[in-house]
Amino acid sequence: MTVSRPAVGPLGAPLVQGPLTVTDFVRYQGASGDMNPIHHDAEFARAAGFPSVFAVGMRQAGVLAAFVADRLGPDNVRRFEVQFRAIAWPGDVITYTGEVTAVEETATHTVCTVAVQATRQTGEVHLAGTAVFEVPF
Amino acid sequence: MGQMSKFEGRSGAEFAMTVERGKIREFAAAVGSDHPLYSGDDPISPPTFLASSAFWTTDASSPWGDEPPDLSRVLHGGQQYVFHGPPPRAGTVLHGRQRIDRVYSKQGRRGGMLEFADVVTEFRDADGRLVAEARATLVVTEQAPTASAPAE
Repeated sequence: MTVSRPAVGPLGAPLVQGPLTVTDFVRYQGASGDMNPIHHDAEFARAAGFPSVFAVGMRQAGVLAAFVADRLGPDNVRRFEVQFRAIAWPGDVITYTGEVTAVEETATHTVCTVAVQATRQTGEVHLAGTAVFEVPF
Repeated sequence: MGQMSKFEGRSGAEFAMTVERGKIREFAAAVGSDHPLYSGDDPISPPTFLASSAFWTTDASSPWGDEPPDLSRVLHGGQQYVFHGPPPRAGTVLHGRQRIDRVYSKQGRRGGMLEFADVVTEFRDADGRLVAEARATLVVTEQAPTASAPAE
């Protein structure tokens, strides 16, 4: 997919989504096949020492990756990595951001390195990572 | 030595995974994207779609054998996907193999030792060409994690 030639700087407006619901978690769990009950079974979560169920980090990682891919082309992604920094909870509003930190031009592509982040409404970083996209001219 | 160190280097059996059009559509919806490349007749899979390989793995393909980690003690510390070309399209049959690439320990923020395992899945096409690699970093806590635990 050809997109306008990316430049260093923010990757458009942030995506703000929420509040997170257990339905969001269950929908992702059904799609991904990760049925860990800690994300939807309150009794299981409490028995494991948590006050309640909590968000599936991979869901927000998927939202963050898709947010960047929507802008740079789903077929152009070559690397996506995140660290799970803090738990997100039902009711959280998450802000997803991407910032192009480096561009390198090859004969046929612009290779973009993107710093990605998902932040809770408290300002706490939920996910942080890096993506690399190869965008054809 | 932590409880996972004996697993380092272990691999599971190969598993086959078909990238399906309906699953791509479901997955894209679950991560909130309506990009047109995820729908239509020849959709491409979203960047984290290979998480759904969970539907195709078997007991035999698990590198943990019959000793899977206790889900109430395992946190997901990080996740990486690397693609050696565009992500796979609907109809692609991938041949996956999981291995426990590395097991290591680190001091946690609140003093206890945390044990980490990097589980790598390689995905190859019918010709054996490496299409993608997924690396999951798992953290096993010594005791029940609390709400301030530094990971999922």
